[in-house]
Order: sequence, then C-alpha cells, then structure tokens
Amino acid sequence: MTGITLAEIMTVTAARALKNTDVCFVGIGLPSEACNLARLTHAPEITLIYESGTIGTKPNVLPLSIGDGELCETAVANVSVPEMFRYWLQGGRITVGFLSAAQLDRFGNINTTVIGDYHNPKTRLPGGGGAPEIATSCGEIFITLKHSKRAFVDQLDFFTSIGHGDGPGHRGRLGITTKGPTRLVTDLCVMLPNPDSCEFEVVSLHPGVTREQVIEATGWPLSFAKNVIETAAPTAIELDALRDLKQRTTEAHAAA
Amino acid sequence: MAKIMELATAIRENVNDGDLLVMEGFTHLIPHAAAHEVIRQGYKDLTLSRMTPDLIYDQLIGMGRVKKMIFSYAGNPGVGLLLRFRDAVENQWPRALEIEEHSHAAMANAYEAGAAGLPCAVFRGYRGAGLTEVNPNIKSIECPFTGEKLAAVPALNADVTIIHAQRANKNGDVLLEGIIGVQKEAVLGAKRAVVTVEEIVDDFGDISPNAVVLPSWTINAVVVIAGGAHPSYAHGYYSRDNGFYKDWDRISRDRDVFLEWMDENVVKSGPQAFEVHVKKGPAK
Repeated sequence: MTGITLAEIMTVTAARALKNTDVCFVGIGLPSEACNLARLTHAPEITLIYESGTIGTKPNVLPLSIGDGELCETAVANVSVPEMFRYWLQGGRITVGFLSAAQLDRFGNINTTVIGDYHNPKTRLPGGGGAPEIATSCGEIFITLKHSKRAFVDQLDFFTSIGHGDGPGHRGRLGITTKGPTRLVTDLCVMLPNPDSCEFEVVSLHPGVTREQVIEATGWPLSFAKNVIETAAPTAIELDALRDLKQRTTEAHAAA
Repeated sequence: MAKIMELATAIRENVNDGDLLVMEGFTHLIPHAAAHEVIRQGYKDLTLSRMTPDLIYDQLIGMGRVKKMIFSYAGNPGVGLLLRFRDAVENQWPRALEIEEHSHAAMANAYEAGAAGLPCAVFRGYRGAGLTEVNPNIKSIECPFTGEKLAAVPALNADVTIIHAQRANKNGDVLLEGIIGVQKEAVLGAKRAVVTVEEIVDDFGDISPNAVVLPSWTINAVVVIAGGAHPSYAHGYYSRDNGFYKDWDRISRDRDVFLEWMDENVVKSGPQAFEVHVKKGPAK
C-alpha cells in the first residue's frame, strides 16, 4: 500500500494491542487516537475510560481535552473524579492503562514533570496528572510515543511514574502486583520488555524502517530480540477508519 | 442559606488576601467569570488549589496574584503547556511561585477527606513516584489490619471554594450535571462557598432523585452569570471553546501580549461579557 505514514502505522499498531474485552484507561493525545481506532475497528465492545469520570465512552471525534462534552454524552456512566480514582482505578477494575510520555527510559519509567532539576527546571512540563496511580493500578500498561533521542533517554530527569523501576523485582519490592509496561509502540518499531532484564527491546520494525534508524533515535544502547520481524502493514479497513476519524476530528475542532 | 447576589459583592464578601482559594471543575464548568472578578478586585498572596490549573490559574499567576499553587496537572489540555505558570516556575515572572504538586488520585482523595472532616486522605498511591521525594506533604501510613503501606496526604479544606454550575432554584439550591469532577467535595470541605450559575429557575423540574444537588445551606452566595464558564463549557448550555484554548497558547506565550489581553478582556471588562458565549456555541 502506498501513501501510508509511519505515524499511521504507529496508531494502527498501537490500536491492535487492545482487545474487545479490555477496560482501558485512556491518556489524551496518541493513546486516545489508538484506543478509539481499536473501538472503531476490531474491538467495538471495548470499554474506554477517561479520568474525567466518563466510563464506556464512544466519541465520534477525538476529544481535545480529557473532559470534552461528547465523552460525557456518549458514556455508559459518568462518575465523580474521586469515585473514578478510588472505586474504578484503585479498585482494580481497569485492565489496561494507555499512556504517552515526554521522556521514557529503557525500563518504561516515564517523565512528564520537568526537564532539568525539579526545583530549578529548564522546562516545566504539565506533570503527571493521573499517571502515578494509573501506572501501578491498571492490570498492564501500553505506551505509545514518537521515537526520538530527546524522548528515549538514558536517564530520566524525573520519575513521574514507575515502569519496571531499576529492573527485575523492583515493582514487587514496592508491593505492586500489576504487570507494568508490557508494550511500547513508536513510529519506528514495536518494543516489548525482555523477560529477564525488563528492558524494552525491539521485536518488530515498521515496514521500511532499518535497525540503524531506531538505534539513531534511541538514547540508550538498544537491544533487539532474537527474531525481529516486520510489523504487519495497516489494512485498508484500519487505514480508512483512522483517516476518517482524524478528518472528522479536524473538522469538528475547527468549527468549535 | 445562600444569598442570591451580584458577582462583585459575592467575591468581596467571601475572598480575602492570602486565602486558600479553590476553583474546581474538571475541564467542565470552570468558573472563568468568577476568576476574572477575583483578578479585578486585586486580591494578592493567594494560595490556589486546583487539580488542573487550566487557563484561569495561568491568568491569576501571570497577574502576580498567587503565592503558592497546589495542583496535579498544569497543562493546557490537548494543546500543550501553561505558559504563564511555566514562566513563573522557570523565571519567577512576575513573582516566585511556590508549588505543591500531587497526582490526580491524591488531590481527589484530599478533597474527599476535606469534605468528610478527616485530617488526611489514605489511598494506594505514589508507589515508585518521584513526587514523594520533592513534596514533603506526601507521607505514608501503615494499615493497622493488614500492615500494607499506604500513601497519605493532608485533607484539602479551602477558605473559599468557587464553582460554576448549570442552575440554581429560587431557594439557592444548586444543580450540577455532566462531568461533575470534585466540585461537591471542594464545596463541602470549604469554610465558604460561592457558586455562579447559568440561570435561576423556579424549580428543577423532572430530575433524577440522585442528581447532584448542593443544598442552599451549604453555600454562601449564588450569582447568575450566563456563559460564566467560557471557554470551558456548561453541559446543556454551550460546548467547550476548543479554539480559544488553542489561541491561549499564542496569547500567553508573550508577557506583553498576555498583559494587553488581560487588560482589555478582564481588567476593563465585567461578567456581562460572558453572555455572548451562550448563543455562540451549539447547545449540547
């Protein structure tokens, strides 16, 4: 197929990770795009939850904010924010948390708080929002973000939310019983944590992407799985659904 | 009992210099008109608390009215950073800003504890999170039954909470619908509460017996300001002005452009300026 961008492959590949039976806590931006694409293609019954308290929401366009009115109007139930975090997230009702990041390290730890020193930052970012508890209370975590040396760093400037910490056993030592990050989808490749080291390693390269490209865009010494395959290209159905969704979204937000 | 009054009076009677001021509303029902009145009346050294500071706290910070901010996500939702907040943290402009940063779960729990009259909130959180090392108000407590180590944060009790809601009735009872956020908890945990509403109706009519209604006697002042949540929204009245949120990135990027915008649209304006937004957006 021609005319497919790497960004489209990223979203389609991220969407495929979700199952019809998942209950998914959705982060805004790329995760929201992937989660809604999953709902519009292979996972029509998926339960999408946004931290504004909207449960089982089915927006026709991608929300700009975490609390756009359409999320509420199309939800099965709307609850208060304390209830969302206490009963639904802390209560263990969420199977997958879908996050993005400003900085990510090889263990899937995330920084969205500051670049530089916390008390005297070079760049003050928005902060974690729901992420510290999403990262530990959801059954597992999927992460999606664009590959770059600025984002894929050797050392995080700040530990906003934990992935696999400093490696095997770290989550367990903190009393965390959930899996943590199990899948990372970028615009170049798919990465899974190595079962022994917990380090993310490349398992598939998107069509046309080389190993060198991924190494060049990663700030830590990158590992590859034994058998690296090519990511399956998006189907026409997936691509049409994604392009329609983005077109509808652009039109809706321009009219607002 | 809530008194129905003008905005300027409600703010003057309930807000003081140095107060812990809470203006909640999770993306929805953000009390923009009331925040503008707080700016016009010149209050200073405020401690602001809000899960998502949004544009209203960016405006208060940029105008130099804020000593400290308690928050959990200081971004322009879906657009990027809050640039006046960023300027205050990075460059101390127009003054240094003390911050107390939490996660959403911590703040939601802290408001709930405030409403419940407890000294602190206990929850399963902050495990492996860097905020525990930079915020001394994040502590832990051992469950006396299981021994599990749980996170604890102080309860949030405002001097004054200001929220926006859809309607009040003539008695001053207030109805909230849609994404209800933490407003109920923020009001019930506060010493004083001011509510701006889209309209006052004779009675609420056919609503669910479980609708979120704050009885008049939990509120000090009710003020009618049609469009008072713009560019946030009021479910059933007008939708979120996503275009303005995008435009704020440009307005707030430059100190002079920001100050000029504030002078024209806040300092020299008034609550009546919000009415236009009700007719502009399609009712949802």
